[in-house]
Amino acid sequence: MESSVATTMTPQSLKAIRSPGYGSLFVRRLRADRVTLACLAILVVIALAAIFADHLALADPLKTSMVRRLKPIGTPGFWLGSDELGRDMLSRLVYGGRMSLLMGTWPVANAVIVGGALGIVAGYAGGWLNMAIMRTVDVFYAFPSVLLAVAISGALGSGLKNAIVALTVVFIPPLVRIAETAATQVRGLDYVEAARASGAGAATIIRVHLLPNVLGPIVVYASGLFSVSIILASGLSFLGLGVEPPQAEWGLMLNTLRQAIYVQPWVAILPGAMIFATSICFNMASDGLRAAMESRS
Amino acid sequence: MSDAERWTPAEDLGGPAEPLLKVERLTKHFPVKSAGLFQRKRVARAVDGVSFTIAKGETLGVVGESGCGKSTTARLLMHLIEPDAGEVIFDGELVGETLGLRELRRRMQMVFQDSYASLNPRLTIVDSLTFAPVVHGVPAAQALALASELLEQVGLDPKVVLGRYPHELSGGQRQRVNIARALALKPRLVILDEAVSALDKSVEAQVLNLLVELKQRFDLTYMFISHDLNVVHYIADRAMVMYLGKIAELGPVEAIYAAPRHPYTRALLAARLSTDPQARTYAVALEGDPPNPIDPPSGCRFRTRCPLAAEVCAAQEPATVEVGPGHSVACHLYDPASGNREAQANV
Amino acid sequence: MSEPPMLEVSNLSVAFATSRGTIQAVNGVDFHLRRGETLCLLGESGSGKSVTLRALMRLLPEPLARVAGRVVLAGEDIYGLPERRVEDLRGKTVSMVFQEPMLAFDPVYAIGRQIAEVITRHEGVTRAQADARALELLEKVQIPSAKQRLSAYPHEMSGGMRQRAMIALALACNPAILLADEPTTALDATVQMQVLLLLRRLQAETGMAVMLVTHDIGVAAEMADRVAVMYAGRIVEQGTVAQVLKDPLHPYSQGLLASTVHAGWKGRRLEAIPGSPPDLIDPPPGCAFAPRCPRRFALCEKNSPQDTGLTEGRSARCLALEAQPS
Repeated sequence: MESSVATTMTPQSLKAIRSPGYGSLFVRRLRADRVTLACLAILVVIALAAIFADHLALADPLKTSMVRRLKPIGTPGFWLGSDELGRDMLSRLVYGGRMSLLMGTWPVANAVIVGGALGIVAGYAGGWLNMAIMRTVDVFYAFPSVLLAVAISGALGSGLKNAIVALTVVFIPPLVRIAETAATQVRGLDYVEAARASGAGAATIIRVHLLPNVLGPIVVYASGLFSVSIILASGLSFLGLGVEPPQAEWGLMLNTLRQAIYVQPWVAILPGAMIFATSICFNMASDGLRAAMESRS
Repeated sequence: MSDAERWTPAEDLGGPAEPLLKVERLTKHFPVKSAGLFQRKRVARAVDGVSFTIAKGETLGVVGESGCGKSTTARLLMHLIEPDAGEVIFDGELVGETLGLRELRRRMQMVFQDSYASLNPRLTIVDSLTFAPVVHGVPAAQALALASELLEQVGLDPKVVLGRYPHELSGGQRQRVNIARALALKPRLVILDEAVSALDKSVEAQVLNLLVELKQRFDLTYMFISHDLNVVHYIADRAMVMYLGKIAELGPVEAIYAAPRHPYTRALLAARLSTDPQARTYAVALEGDPPNPIDPPSGCRFRTRCPLAAEVCAAQEPATVEVGPGHSVACHLYDPASGNREAQANV
Repeated sequence: MSEPPMLEVSNLSVAFATSRGTIQAVNGVDFHLRRGETLCLLGESGSGKSVTLRALMRLLPEPLARVAGRVVLAGEDIYGLPERRVEDLRGKTVSMVFQEPMLAFDPVYAIGRQIAEVITRHEGVTRAQADARALELLEKVQIPSAKQRLSAYPHEMSGGMRQRAMIALALACNPAILLADEPTTALDATVQMQVLLLLRRLQAETGMAVMLVTHDIGVAAEMADRVAVMYAGRIVEQGTVAQVLKDPLHPYSQGLLASTVHAGWKGRRLEAIPGSPPDLIDPPPGCAFAPRCPRRFALCEKNSPQDTGLTEGRSARCLALEAQPS
C-alpha cells in the first residue's frame, strides 16, 4: 500500500508555511506608490461624501431661492456659490456626486460581470462558440461609444435606469475582448493542459485556473473605464438623456449652468472640475493598479 | 466504493503479455489558414497513421526533430487534442468505448517541458498538487497527506515547498513538483514530453535518476520524448524515431543505436556532437532543414534529404518492414517488394 | 604568440541592483582571446556566462548594471570610450550572434535590407554595393537560393536558415571578433551540426577570434581551442579544450563531465552533482561551489580560492589545488 509518511502535514501546519501570496505582494507594492495612494484617497473621500451626504450638515440641494441666484464662491452660507436657481453648489456637488459616481461605476461593474463571463467562455471554448460571441461583439464595435450610448439611451428614453443600461451595453464589447484575449492566452498554457489532463471539467478549470489569471487584466482595464463612464454619463445628462432635473448630477449641472458662465464663471465650471478631478483620479489609480499587478518577483 | 477509497493504481487487467498501450493508425491533420477564399484547403499532416505499442514496465524513447509529430502524438494519447483517426487501446480496453476519458486520465499522465508554464503561478504548490485528486473525489485532508508524501518521494521537503509559489522554486525543483503532480493520480503510464530538456545538465542527471527510481518503485511505464539521443539511449528500452508525422524506425534501443537501418536514424545518430575534442566531426550528416508538415513530399517523406533516395521513393510510401526481433523500419531499402534494387541485399 | 591578444579581460565584475539586493552576476573574471582562436565559456544557467559576453560589447543596461574591471578589445579600453565610439566598434570590429535568431532581425524588414544597412552604416558604401555584399554573405553562409532570400522576411525562413542569416549579419563587416551566445541551442540536431561546421569554416577563412558561450560540452568539444568553465560568476577552470575536457581539475568541471548523460551509463545511477547553484545575492564567503563539492574541507567555506596559475594558460580556482605543490 502506501509507504509510511515520516512527517504529516495538517491544514494548520500548512497555513503556517504559506508564502505571502500575490495579494500581499500587490498591497505592498501599492503602498509604496504615493501618487496612486493619493488618487485612491481622493476617490474614497468623494465616495464617502456622496454616500453619507445626508449626514453631513449640508443645505437642501433642491431648495431654490431666486434672490440668492448665482452667488460667487465664498458667500457665507453658500461656500461654493449658488446655481442659477439659487441652490447651494456645495450641497449639489456632493449630492450630484452620488448620481455621477453611480452612473460611473455601476455600468462598469455590470459590464465586467456580463462581458467578463462572455469573454471567458468564448476564450475557453474556442471554435464556433468563440466566433459567434466575438463577431456579435464586433458589430457593436463599429459604433463610437458616445454615439452608441446616445442612440440606446435615446431609444429607451431618459432616466437613470435607462442611462445605466445604455452605458452597460457600451462597455460590454471591450470587456468581452479583453477577457477573451486573456482567456485564450491562459488556456494555451501548459498548466491548463495539465489540468485538463487530470480529468477536471471545464467549470472547475475556469474557476480554479482561468479566473485568477484572467481577472488581473480585466480589472485593470475596467478601472480605466470608470473615468470614461463618468464622462459619458455626464454627457448623457448634459444632453437631456439620463438624470432629469431637478436632480443634482454633475453633467446636468454643467448643462443648466451654461448660461451662467458669463456671470459667474468660477461657479459654472465647478461641476466640470469635479468630473475632471474624478476621472483623473480613476485613471491614475488604474495605472498604479496595473503597475502593482504587473511585475512578479 | 468512492474514488477516495479506491485511490490505488488501476488493476492490471490484461496480464504481462498484453501491451499497456497499443496505438493503431493514429492520425491528426491540422487545418492551415488558406491564402485566399478559393484556395485548396491545406492541412499540416502532423501525425499520419502512427502505430506502435508500449509493453508494461518498459520505457519507450521517442526521438525526432521539430515537426516530426512526437509532441502532437503525446497530446493525442492524452486526448488533449482530438485525433482524426486511429485507435488507442490501454491494457486491452479501447479508449472512448470501454474506457472513458475520465478513467483514462487516472491511468495516463504527462509531464511537460516548461517547468514554469506547467504550474499555475497563482496557486501554491499544495493547491497545484491537490487539484487533481480533489477533482476525482479525494477528500481534502487525504489529498494534503498525499501531496506531502509525493513531495518526499520526489526528493523535496514538504514543510518547505508546499506553501511556496512556483516562482520561488528553481527549475529543477519545479520539474520535480510536476513529476509529483503527474503521480498524484497514481497512473500506470507517464508520458514525459522533453521533461528534462530545459534543465541544466547537472540537474538533468538528478531528475533522470529520480525518474528511474520512481519507475521501479511505482511499477510505472514511461514514454520518454526527447531530442537528446544520448539521454534516450541511457533511459529507454525501446526507441521510436519519427520524421514528419510518421515512424521511420522502431526497435530495441541497443539495436537501433548500434546498427541503425533507416537513413534518417543514421543521420540523426551521426549528428550527435562529439565530446572528445580530439575526435571532432568534420562532415555534415544531413543537408537542409526539416521540412514542413504542410504539403510533405510525396512517397517517402524523407526522400528530399535522403542520400540514398531512389525513384521508387518518390512514387510510393514505404511499408513498415521487420528487420529484426521487434525491430521495424519504414524504408524501401529493406522492403524487397518495393522494387528498390538495393532491397534484396538488405534482407 | 608575439601579437597582443584581440581581447583582454581583467577582473571583470558585473553587479545588478534589484529590489531584493545586489546580484553579483560576474565576480572577477580574467581571460584573453587571440586572433584565430576559439574560446568557449562553459557553464550552466546562472553562471554569468551570458552577462560576461554582453559586458564585452558594453550591451548591459547602465546604470542598472554596474561594471568594474577592464575590457580591452582590439587595443581599445571599451569602458573608457564614449558611447559613440563603442557604437562604431559594434558590428565592425566585434559582433554578436544570439541564441534566438529572431532577436537580431527586425520582423518588418527583409533580411537583405538589414544586412545591407549594417554595411552602409560602418563602411559608407553605396546601397548597390552593400546589396551585392549582402548577397555574397548569404552565399557564404550557404543559404540556398540566396538571391531570392535577400527579399525574404525573417518569419519566412526556417530556424536553421535564420541562424545562418544572423551569422551573415554578424560577419557583414568582417569583424575581428565574433561573440556567440548559445548559437545552436535552439536548433535541431541535424541543423546544429551544419551551423557549427559553418562557423568553423568561416573562422578558418577569416581568421577571426571567436568566443562561444554554451552549456553543451559537445559544442565545446567540437569548436573550442580553449575552454573556461564558469560557476556562480567566476571562472573556476581554464585551459585548452583537451586539458579541461579530458583532465578536469576543478571538482565542478569534474562533476559536470561526469554527469553528462551518455550510453556508457546505461543501467547505472548517474553521478549527479547534488544541490543547485547558489543564490547570487550576497554570495557567502568562501568558495561558491563548496556546499556541493565532494572534496570540500573546512577552509573552503571561509576562504575564497584564488586563481592558481598552474602552467601557461592553465588555471583553476580550488583550495585543494592551492595546497598541492605544483
